[in-house]
Amino acid sequence: MLLAIDTSAGTSVAVVDREGGVLAEHTELDTRRHAEVIGTFIAACLSDSGVAVAELSGVAVGMGPGPFTGLRVGIAAARAFAFGAARPVVPVISHDAIAYELGSAEPLLVVTDARRREVYWSAYSGIDAVGLPLRAAGPGLTRPDELAATVPEIDGYRRLDAASVSAGALGMLAETLFYNRRPFAVDEALYLRSPDVTLSSGPKRVS
Amino acid sequence: MSAREPLVLGIETSCDETGIGIVRGTTLLANVIASSMDEHARYGGVVPEVAARAHLEALVPALKQALAESGVALDELDAIAVTSGPGLSGALMVGVGAAKALALSLGKPIYAVNHLVGHVGADVLDSVGSGPSRPAIEYPTVALLVSGGHTSLLLVRDLISDVELLGETIDDAAGEAFDKVARLLGLPYPGGPEIDRAAAGGDPTAIRFPRGLSNPKDVEAHRYDFSFSGLKTAVARWVEKAQDAGEAVPIADVAASFREAVADVLLTKAVAACIDHGIPRLLLGGGVVANARLRELAAERCAANGIELRIPPLDLCTDNGAMIAALGAQLVAAGRAPSDFDFGADSTLPVTSIQA
Repeated sequence: MLLAIDTSAGTSVAVVDREGGVLAEHTELDTRRHAEVIGTFIAACLSDSGVAVAELSGVAVGMGPGPFTGLRVGIAAARAFAFGAARPVVPVISHDAIAYELGSAEPLLVVTDARRREVYWSAYSGIDAVGLPLRAAGPGLTRPDELAATVPEIDGYRRLDAASVSAGALGMLAETLFYNRRPFAVDEALYLRSPDVTLSSGPKRVS
Repeated sequence: MSAREPLVLGIETSCDETGIGIVRGTTLLANVIASSMDEHARYGGVVPEVAARAHLEALVPALKQALAESGVALDELDAIAVTSGPGLSGALMVGVGAAKALALSLGKPIYAVNHLVGHVGADVLDSVGSGPSRPAIEYPTVALLVSGGHTSLLLVRDLISDVELLGETIDDAAGEAFDKVARLLGLPYPGGPEIDRAAAGGDPTAIRFPRGLSNPKDVEAHRYDFSFSGLKTAVARWVEKAQDAGEAVPIADVAASFREAVADVLLTKAVAACIDHGIPRLLLGGGVVANARLRELAAERCAANGIELRIPPLDLCTDNGAMIAALGAQLVAAGRAPSDFDFGADSTLPVTSIQA
């Protein structure tokens, strides 16, 4: 059983079991309340599912792509919870959870909001024999009008604009990856953007 | 003292320091600080996004180190305390998210506390191995907190129930002024220690730089408030004038005179607050306390006015998790209920909100 957390869009927390499915899930779509709801959602998922911390075998977490301030709340929470519970963190690419939940055999383009008039995208060619999404390109960051030029063969893909990522789906994806001995994502936040800073050209004159 | 004092782990991420501290009551067990200061140096100041990213990476390693240093096991903890504000939002949220999840993974209560009141709370701690323990802090006390992000004068009647903001900076923080003046003198970031070094051998009376909000009219409206923006501009004007005249800038004199102006106005207002309120106690906190001249002038002015001066050890003056743990432990010891898990990061949390 896994605790699953994703804050790459809104805030979603779940407790999942490979055989029992999604045992509990709480999602808030508001993209500005991650820090406020993360704790109550974890507590609610544990209590709704009746699963004790000691019964969990890991903490799955969406590493993005996602706007940084919110994304970090979920990753920080997952790492801290895993540390406290002495369990491993299971990093997952958030877009993969969207594709896994849809389970489409057809080519798919997942698109999520990156703010500042940009979008995050990932392209999938379909799913494999155990239902795992086959990411062909991405995740990437681009302007909406440049998507077609950025993603190869975009015309053949069905486009899915997602406003949320389900932690239940993310957790089940992690369970499936683990069961089939597939690699997890790298334990690294997918900001896909450098911090907004410009080097100063030196002090300006005041007189 | 209770038979068993609360064992609390504190998490602080309000600016560029990831601080994890562990205390038992008033005893300091660990104070681990991972700073991202070096990453900000090339930008000449703290970049919030850079700081927040660094917190995310430093958090678990700092937790591990604090537990190892203290010899405390997670399940022995009585509570987790965390800074919920004031500070940089994105940075605070890393600590808040982590603290909530850690508390829930351990089934421990959480105390969301005020960063500035935490600086005052640092003074209750006896440093391990620092020799005979100091007499306990007495209330009420005036507290002067000076850092790169804050310049605040507090009246603390009781650490966990009655803190009043007497005044604060209306523009730049004092530490920020040090950084900006260091830059215009061509000195690297962070400016505080650089100005201190450059000022050695300089004449603090060479140039009379302005003391912000100190003329009678300003004092009427801003008796305990500070302003450092005008001072910074005055230094820049003075330096430009010298450069325009083709003269070499006497860096030591400028640095010493600037530092004197900052220390003077800070202590003048802090001592006035003590005298006005009839409180013969002043506590210093914040990173700018590292400034040698500030500490020296504080000692002089306090002695001259019969004020007892308290300065916690330097690694408890800069941002740290131990002070947050210490404040949390005081709340636990007083039987305060833990915070609900729905608190957020509040970048402007007022000092009257000691616990969120």
